[in-house]
Amino acid sequence: MKTLEIRDLTVALTDSPDQPIVKALSLTINTGEVHAIMGPNGTGKSTLSKAIAGHPDYKITSGDVLIDGESILEMEPDERARAGIFLAFQYPAEIPGVSIANFLRAAEQARLADGENVDAAAYYKRLYSKMDDLKIDRKFTARSVNEGFSGGEKKRCEILQMAMLEPTFALMDETDSGLDIDALKIVAEGVNRLRGDDLGVMMITHYQRLLDYIVPDFVHVMYDGRIVKSGDKSLAIELEAKGYDWIKEEFATTTA
Amino acid sequence: MENPAEGIDQSAGNFNYDVKYEFDAGSGLTENTVRYISDVKKEEDWIKEFRLKAYKVFMDKPMPTNWATDDLNNIDFDKIRYYLSQGQAPKRTWDEVPDDIKKTFERLGIPEQERKFLAGVEAQFDSEAAYSNIKEIVAKEGVIFTGSTEALREHPEIFRKWFGKVIPTSDNKFSALNSAVFSGGSFIYVPPGVKVSQPLQAYFRINAENFGQFERTLIIVDEGAELTYMEGCTAPKFSTATLHSAVVELVAMKNAKIQYITVQNWASNVYNLVTKRGIAHEGAEIKWIDCNIGSRLTMKYPGVILKGKGARGEVLSIALANDGQHQDTGAKMIHAADNTTSSIVAKSISVGKGRSTYRGVVHIPKHLKGCKNNTECDALLINSSSRTDTYPAITVRGDDHAVQHEASVSKVSEEMIFYMQQRGLNEAQAMSLAVNGFVNDLVSQFPMEYSVELKRLIDLEMEGSVG
Repeated sequence: MKTLEIRDLTVALTDSPDQPIVKALSLTINTGEVHAIMGPNGTGKSTLSKAIAGHPDYKITSGDVLIDGESILEMEPDERARAGIFLAFQYPAEIPGVSIANFLRAAEQARLADGENVDAAAYYKRLYSKMDDLKIDRKFTARSVNEGFSGGEKKRCEILQMAMLEPTFALMDETDSGLDIDALKIVAEGVNRLRGDDLGVMMITHYQRLLDYIVPDFVHVMYDGRIVKSGDKSLAIELEAKGYDWIKEEFATTTA
Repeated sequence: MENPAEGIDQSAGNFNYDVKYEFDAGSGLTENTVRYISDVKKEEDWIKEFRLKAYKVFMDKPMPTNWATDDLNNIDFDKIRYYLSQGQAPKRTWDEVPDDIKKTFERLGIPEQERKFLAGVEAQFDSEAAYSNIKEIVAKEGVIFTGSTEALREHPEIFRKWFGKVIPTSDNKFSALNSAVFSGGSFIYVPPGVKVSQPLQAYFRINAENFGQFERTLIIVDEGAELTYMEGCTAPKFSTATLHSAVVELVAMKNAKIQYITVQNWASNVYNLVTKRGIAHEGAEIKWIDCNIGSRLTMKYPGVILKGKGARGEVLSIALANDGQHQDTGAKMIHAADNTTSSIVAKSISVGKGRSTYRGVVHIPKHLKGCKNNTECDALLINSSSRTDTYPAITVRGDDHAVQHEASVSKVSEEMIFYMQQRGLNEAQAMSLAVNGFVNDLVSQFPMEYSVELKRLIDLEMEGSVG
């Protein structure tokens, strides 16, 4: 088992480090667990995931992020990725002229030692088998990464990358946003397929409906940069029924 | 060696050997320098006169700094050495090539490439070819592949007929300079109907410091014949400037096809000022594939004169301007017959303080019918301090023509780089991939050997550009 520990983490925009967005947040995710992070818009959910991945727009002003007790904050974003962190983007970037097949191959190559090369035949065999698992048309691999993709295609492309790169911890940022119900089912099925003892998932979502398809082990409610409530999947159902207002009220009374 | 074109690489090319030169025209350029070169080559009077006239044109013509960069004024013509050679005829086998020269080309991987995929190779070391060979099977069909020095002696009738006809001495200051002091370069003649299936390759190597390389290439592909020619160039990095100023003339007779591929990777102290032009007769096709990496300043605008009905001209150009480099490149398409078609696709990448400039000329006069041009130039900027300029000059008279022009400037965004880093690529690898993606649609049209090589060169450049 491996552990991703977020310890008293405070995050601000690099440009305005005095205004924290995530405030002394702590959370521990073990492999084999799926944690859902829910909450109203603008409470710092996406900021949390990007900061862990090392996005240059965000500055960690205090606290730490550790994998098995080792801090990853001194690492470049690519080193964090190779250490096992995968961020499924809410808005994945387009890379014109670079095919999905070549992109993933470069990503795999980057994980090898100097002088080692990706075995092309084995690579394509693996890629195609993962695509079959995720019910993705093989023609997809020849298209430039995310260029001209529909919302559903972008998300499926993220899931395919996750399947190929086999991370230890996946941070999924609003993976359900912009998807119709069919696309949502396909993406959820993909994630469920990847679930297992070797993967820890932090799944950020605004809506409860994703959790109908990916059943979390833990649900956390985030508000104003903090986790204000944690529970199991019944918490998500409660949120669905009551909305977020009672959380806001409860939070207002506790901090008053 | 995995990569057949391994040699064309700046870092691998950054070495030189101490070579004894038999003939040395000394530093600086006077009429005597021109006479010296002509005498060493034991040239006939007409060519000596041609050189001396060109020398005067060169001296009279001002630097084109009214439109081009002032950096041209930093070339010190008095410090340059205009002719260096060991005075031997080019060898037909690598075994005969003198050791000090042979080891240079071996290190650049040239004999290896020749065995693997070339129909013939000419390897020029400073002023003269050290090695020149064409495969028996190609020579048997009547294909001539030799240096300009040898062609003047052995094939004067063909040489003289076309020499200086596509690019007149007075075309520009540097074509005049080349016409005065030219040495080396390739001479190719392909007889009617002969289709040379493997490429012929020339490799131009500068070894000496303060040297000026002025090769002169003349390629004539006769009716219905076909040829692919490739050239590669390198030089070691010296502290002083080096000058490379070539003239390349192509003649495609009726229904002939010429594909001319350049992958040059000069050291960052080289002034690379080259004039390249072809004439396409009826139904003929000339395609320039021009990849410019390295150099301090490159000025090069390959052109096609579409002289016969239905002729086609094409330029695919890629320029990568790294810190401190200026790639001033483009294309010229001169339509001079009905139903002629031209296409220009130029892609430039500016890295750090690198600067790229596109200059294009498309000329379609009023009396012609049914001409087409498509021009597309795309620039990619890697940093906010990079610079790109576009100067398209499209003159179309008459109303029976189809002309299209598109230009774009894009930037590698921080989001794109972060996305790639998040998948495990480091910053330099991410930049390389972005740049390779940008040129991908062009590179996929290149012969395999060169697309592999270009990708590797881009990787090397980007590796060095990320601090």
